[in-house]
Amino acid sequence: MEIEELQPILEAIIYAADDPVRPEQLKEIFTDESYDKIETALHRLAEEFNARRGGMCIREIAGGFRMTTRPEHHEYVRAYLQTKPGAKLSMAALETLAVIAYKQPVTLAEVLAIRGKKSTTALHTLLEKKLVVITGRKPVVGRPILYGTSKEFLVHFGLKDLSELPTLEEFAQMAGELS
Amino acid sequence: MDGTENQELDGASPEEPSLTIRLEGFEGPLDLLLHLIKREELDIWNIPVAHITEQYLDYLQFMQEVNINVAGEWLVMAATLIYIKSRMLLPPDPVMASPDGEAPDDPRKELVYQLLEHQKFRNAAQMLYTREEVENAVWNSPPRDLLEDEKEVVAVTLFDLLRAFHEVVKRFESQTAMELDQEEVTIDQKLGELRRMLIVHDSLVFSSFFTKVKSKRHLIVTFLALLELVRLREIWLYQEKAFEEIHITRSKSAGETA
Repeated sequence: MEIEELQPILEAIIYAADDPVRPEQLKEIFTDESYDKIETALHRLAEEFNARRGGMCIREIAGGFRMTTRPEHHEYVRAYLQTKPGAKLSMAALETLAVIAYKQPVTLAEVLAIRGKKSTTALHTLLEKKLVVITGRKPVVGRPILYGTSKEFLVHFGLKDLSELPTLEEFAQMAGELS
Repeated sequence: MDGTENQELDGASPEEPSLTIRLEGFEGPLDLLLHLIKREELDIWNIPVAHITEQYLDYLQFMQEVNINVAGEWLVMAATLIYIKSRMLLPPDPVMASPDGEAPDDPRKELVYQLLEHQKFRNAAQMLYTREEVENAVWNSPPRDLLEDEKEVVAVTLFDLLRAFHEVVKRFESQTAMELDQEEVTIDQKLGELRRMLIVHDSLVFSSFFTKVKSKRHLIVTFLALLELVRLREIWLYQEKAFEEIHITRSKSAGETA
């Protein structure tokens, strides 16, 4: 199949899918096509689709492609759907999540050391919301539980992968402005 | 709290709004220190420890006055500050000094690094906050919240039920109400009462069954009556998700026969 033929099919799949569509999943359907070709088609589709500057966009989230409305239209969409913004995470939960995201895999004691305060409640919220998962146990005395971020974390914050997070050094520069 | 107290604590800037409100912003001792450093426009690499310790302790005292539960980490930080302050007053320990005549470590160094590290993660949290806000402003098709009309329910296991009842008992025990009279309630009476409740309400939340119950004995009778209704298949228990509130509804067959 030519890439030009592939593209509209992929667009249809991305529209209909609940979760971000990953090239690996598409490879299972398009058995005759190469992974590279599928990936190229996805990227080209996203590029062309987004160049249109319509009300929708195709974004790379959690290693896949997802079609969403553009954030700038949220007021009107929300007014039409008559929905309220979803519950947001507390600052304590966000801070705990930031430590876990950058230091993973990390133990609760290590989170405490960085935040300078207990983080048990925040961690429970994050585990409940499935933004954080248990990744194993640290091979030290007491074998404490190690935590890391989940795929849900990437989806929730609209991240392609963890490397899309700004580096801690960038935040260090911001922190340096303190001095 | 009144204005004089406020000034006593925060004499430098009496025009600032009530402390009670601002305290909420301080998640932990490091946040308070960063706030003090920013407010006083201090150089983080050259913190006047005596001054900042005094301010910190003022806040701590205030928090205790307004009955904010001061957790251990606040006291640890207070101790750390006092320790650094005392070390700043002492001449450098000649035994501890490195043999190559290097200047001894600034006692504040470790705290400064901890503060900067903390600030980094605060910034990272801010970034996540912004991202979350953007993600809250997009919809993917088909929008999930529209699809969730049909509730998926989970059947309640006996274990769930016991756990929920255990919570009710715990809540009851935490209330220090006195048992004044030993009113006798039989399971039969309770059964009648529950049946009447379910005629009025289509669906009830498990824990709401127990809100008006005044004694532990009464709690247990209520729970047993509930189990009896389940056994008789008059009611049906379900959860929207595992470990969530247990809901009680009249079962359809019972509604038909009644």
